[in-house]
Amino acid sequence: MSTVARDPFLRRWAPELTGAAVIICGFLLIELLVRTAILNPYVVPRPSDVLLAFERIVVEEQILSRFLVTAAEAGTAAVLVALIGIPLGTLLQGVPLLRKATETWIAGMAAAPIVLIYPLFLVIFGRSPWTIIAIAVLAGLPPVAMLTLEGLSAVRPALVDTGRSFRLSRWQMFWKIMFPAALPSIFSGLRIGLIFALINVVGVEFLINFGGLGPLINELAERYDMPGTYAAICFVVFVSIIVFVVMERLEKWLRPVR
Amino acid sequence: MNDMIRPEQIAQPPVTAPEPMLVIDHVTKRFETPDGPVVAVDNISLTVGRGEFVSIIGPSGCGKSTLFNLVGGLLSISDGTIRIDGEAINGPHKSIGMVFQEDATFPWRTVIDNVAFPLELQGMAKGERLERARHFVSLVGLHGFEKRYPAELSGGMRQRVSIARTLAAEPKLLLMDEPFAALDEQTRLLLGDKVLQIQQELNQTVLLITHNITEAVQLSDRVLIMTYRPGRTKRIALIELPRPRTSEMLSSDTFGRYVAEVWADLREEASRGMQDAERGSR
Ligand SMILES: Nc1ncnc2c1ncn2[C@@H]1O[C@H](COP(=O)(O)OP(=O)(O)O)[C@@H](O)[C@H]1O
Ligand SMILES: [Mg+2]
Repeated sequence: MSTVARDPFLRRWAPELTGAAVIICGFLLIELLVRTAILNPYVVPRPSDVLLAFERIVVEEQILSRFLVTAAEAGTAAVLVALIGIPLGTLLQGVPLLRKATETWIAGMAAAPIVLIYPLFLVIFGRSPWTIIAIAVLAGLPPVAMLTLEGLSAVRPALVDTGRSFRLSRWQMFWKIMFPAALPSIFSGLRIGLIFALINVVGVEFLINFGGLGPLINELAERYDMPGTYAAICFVVFVSIIVFVVMERLEKWLRPVR
Repeated sequence: MNDMIRPEQIAQPPVTAPEPMLVIDHVTKRFETPDGPVVAVDNISLTVGRGEFVSIIGPSGCGKSTLFNLVGGLLSISDGTIRIDGEAINGPHKSIGMVFQEDATFPWRTVIDNVAFPLELQGMAKGERLERARHFVSLVGLHGFEKRYPAELSGGMRQRVSIARTLAAEPKLLLMDEPFAALDEQTRLLLGDKVLQIQQELNQTVLLITHNITEAVQLSDRVLIMTYRPGRTKRIALIELPRPRTSEMLSSDTFGRYVAEVWADLREEASRGMQDAERGSR
């Protein structure tokens, strides 16, 4: 502990190093449990085999180009979530009746397993990227709309009064005061919304066996390629973490001080 | 003029005062509440001359902020009129600049961008507006903090940013609602000096809302003392201390007498306010 406190390098990276140590210990533990057959080796592959399978899924299964397909779907969904969710939240804030009428619903939708209505979109769009994107957008919208609404409602009265005293137009009031004041909250909404969208993109890909990473996991599982299946799942988890971290960094960069 | 204390009521500005900039003419404000109407401001009249510094003082809850918002055009008047340069107001007037009691700096803008805000609205070119803004930032003593964000500043510095931002719009009439209330005593005194200095430099007309007697006497030409519930005019005191004034005058006898005089009027109202608060009634 005292050496950690003294060494500036250790002090700076202590949380990250601890995190990595926990993951490595977890790996080693599972490896041990599988090797001693406490965990059934036919159900859970050895972590070391999963690690080795990474090369295979990159070279033989073109996971990177499949990733780009999934990323394109998720990216389209993300843009639509922002383009629909933020104006929707703004509309709800501006029209109190609409807000009272729908707020509970939208909050409920955020908690509901939206993915279950995929058959409906399958009928409308067929087995196409649009089925995947539609469900992802539906899943990502509630948090963005809710947090936009919350952010706009929580703007301090003193800031609004300042805008009024400078005789801002409605348009200026929104863009120069309301929107920037609500931006931190809108950003939290976007971060959650985009993660919801990403989860649903991969989930629906898996369900309808169409697109990028989802069908890959299906195929590998059907071939009983357990290390490959787990490697692909790890890849998806890894990508989700990277998206989350990048969003967080972007948010910090956009508002330097709070 | 030698006898500094004038016990009689003085409702008019000194004879030498120029034409009035602001006229508050028998203004009343009623709020409709579920428990019936609440009269927050009751039949108040006040005239503020150009270049004059007038304070409104009263206990908490007597209707000061209501009056501030009425003059600023943020609230509608129930009865009476408010005129600025002879023009009856109907919403925020272009000649008025407001400084609020609460922190009103924009946290997403740096100090310089906060202060440049009104200039940006006027459509001033970037280079020019930054130069003007820099001038006002220096005026409130924040030179060197231009690139900082409000979150990096103390409460007093943020309040100075608000003042600079309002000044940058060059309002003919500066309205301030307890701008120093949240600050410690030392900062409050020094900032008071700063405001006076700027007021002299820019020949600004100022209407200051306060609950602080020292502050009112230190800064003002006249002090309107409000009664508690309903908010009426109790008296308008003329403060004939020489100018330029600084916080160093606080220890003078004359200053002390003015403070005592204002307190004598305020005391009764404040104790009524306190009893009200103790009873927990509205
Ligand atoms: N929007 C409002 N609705 C109802 N009553 C109000 C409203 N604003 C202020 N009041 C009442 O008016 C009185 C004066 O309030 P205010 O002007 O804020 O006092 P001060 O600024 O002197 O502390 C208070 O009794 C307050 O409860
Ligand atoms: Mg007040």
